[in-house]
Amino acid sequence: MKVLVPVKRVLDYNVKARVKADQSGVDLSNVKMSMNPFDEISVEEAVRLQEAGTASETIVVSIGPAKAQETIRTALAMGMDRGIHVETDDDLEPLAIAKILKGIVEAEGPEMVILGKQAIDNDFGATGSMLAALLDWPQGTFANSVAKDGDSLSVAREVDGGLQTVKVSLPAVVTTDLRLNEPRYASLPNIMKAKKKPIDAKTPGDYGVDTAARLKVLKVTEPPKREAGVKVEDVAALVDKLKNEAGVI
Amino acid sequence: MAILVVAEHDNESLKDQTHKTVTAAKAMGGDVDVLVAGKGVKDVAAEAAKIDGVRKVIACDHESLRRQLAEAMEAVIVPLMGDYDAILAPDTTSHKNYMPRVAAKLDVQQISSVTGVESADTFVRPIYAGNAMATVQSSDTKKVVTVRTTAFDSAGEGGSASVDTIADPSGPFKAEFISEELTVSDRPELTDAKIVISGGRGMGSGENFVMIDKIADKLGAAVGASRAAVDAGFVPNDYQVGQTGKAVAPELYIAVGISGAIQHLAGMKDSKVIVAINKDEEAPIFTVADYGLVADLFKALPELDEELSKAGY
Ligand SMILES: Cc1cc2nc3c(=O)[nH]c(=O)nc-3n(C[C@H](O)[C@H](O)[C@H](O)COP(=O)(O)OP(=O)(O)OC[C@H]3O[C@@H](n4cnc5c(N)ncnc54)[C@H](O)[C@@H]3O)c2cc1C
Repeated sequence: MKVLVPVKRVLDYNVKARVKADQSGVDLSNVKMSMNPFDEISVEEAVRLQEAGTASETIVVSIGPAKAQETIRTALAMGMDRGIHVETDDDLEPLAIAKILKGIVEAEGPEMVILGKQAIDNDFGATGSMLAALLDWPQGTFANSVAKDGDSLSVAREVDGGLQTVKVSLPAVVTTDLRLNEPRYASLPNIMKAKKKPIDAKTPGDYGVDTAARLKVLKVTEPPKREAGVKVEDVAALVDKLKNEAGVI
Repeated sequence: MAILVVAEHDNESLKDQTHKTVTAAKAMGGDVDVLVAGKGVKDVAAEAAKIDGVRKVIACDHESLRRQLAEAMEAVIVPLMGDYDAILAPDTTSHKNYMPRVAAKLDVQQISSVTGVESADTFVRPIYAGNAMATVQSSDTKKVVTVRTTAFDSAGEGGSASVDTIADPSGPFKAEFISEELTVSDRPELTDAKIVISGGRGMGSGENFVMIDKIADKLGAAVGASRAAVDAGFVPNDYQVGQTGKAVAPELYIAVGISGAIQHLAGMKDSKVIVAINKDEEAPIFTVADYGLVADLFKALPELDEELSKAGY
């Protein structure tokens, strides 16, 4: 079974986003960028499937600027076989990404696509399910565990009430949640090896899809600021404040 | 303009997130219908019909909808969308699961987790873990929107909409439900509770959460957690509050042994009053706390329990 993993280069999760003064967006100049953390989990899962003999080939794809190649190299260093870089400087929306991914799926023929449940920059949480719909595939989203069982997958999902297990027939889309696995760090020898792994260069035009933005960003602003309050001496003072000052208990 | 709101329910009762989503829909202007898709949902549909300002309730009652799996929900909703200009659903895991499918099938870019409705095509939504707010205008002919319900008030009761029943979705579907392990609790749901008390890595173990449970029971609070507490196995995944867990905005949020990472703040900083109990006075959680107590939680929690008892709780 071939497994495809799309990854996104995003502002590192440890860096607090700064809004640009002209309200046009978030300032991404001179800040640390990394692979979206959920995508690291997807890569790890694909590599584990290959190590277990379940996946025959693992392909990583990133749709983004030239620097997205670094993100692809990271996935290759974690153990994926080869990469596809669809180069674009546009910040494409999930629908456009899903359409390009559909083209890649049709060209490569994977039986399973593993994506992060959301990208921590735009927080849309949409690409995986959109891809599944475009392909008419079933989906196991927010995966806490994934097991292949013949020609289907059993996926335990993190839902608001707890865990829900579904069985989906292959081919299928899986989206990863935080508890699926703990991504490995690439070892130095593997980082060296990854430099020799092939990366196909593509453009959105190769897939013949309309990637025009549907959402116009009118402005990006800072959220309302919350001021720090007071420190209380002890628990008795806290209870008193909550009761008599804030009136919330 | 006609807007379809998808109800949040558990086949037995309608959840307040539905009323809040109706408020968001009304802000767009137009007629609002509510879809109740599930199994055995006659009572839920009757409840939805009472929401103030709802024109009509559409009920779809079928075994394949009992757990609202994405493939079946898509099959119910997409054919209905010929009659609607927009679809809104709460951003709970059940709706986050299928709404992007509906959007893709309609060739629409979904607008996720909106916290504000400016007009029929313009919405405000948090990005970058809520460190920026984007105002976006959609050029799609139909709008597919998930709603951060904590940002909206509940629509009132007093309506008397009609209930139409529609045909079953046509299967078979490529996904089937196998089992579920739901967290059983008598406490209010995290996203609905007036008071939330959450524990973090500082709690040290699952057993120690008993200290939080006791206080929660006294205050009628829901219990939440940081990702670190969930990852460590102290509490189940559905306790996680934050950017990638649940967003809450109660009257009172008490964070115990939680440092206040960006991702955690994203899920609770809209709470009305925030209390932080942490032994590290430099912890970032104190920058958003109205009342901060620098203390060892193993001492502070039993004391809080006792003080509440003294105060009659
Ligand atoms: C992709 C991604 C998504 C994430 N999503 C979320 C999310 O949705 N929600 C979330 O919460 N996190 C999320 N995180 C994790 C987040 O970055 C932090 O790692 C996490 O919130 C830390 O949890 P914590 O505050 O419990 O632990 P820590 O940061 O370790 O803090 C523990 C705190 O407890 C205090 N403490 C320890 N012992 C005591 C004691 N005896 N008495 C008093 N205080 C004590 C310490 O001083 C410290 O401040 C996410 C991270 C990533 C990468």
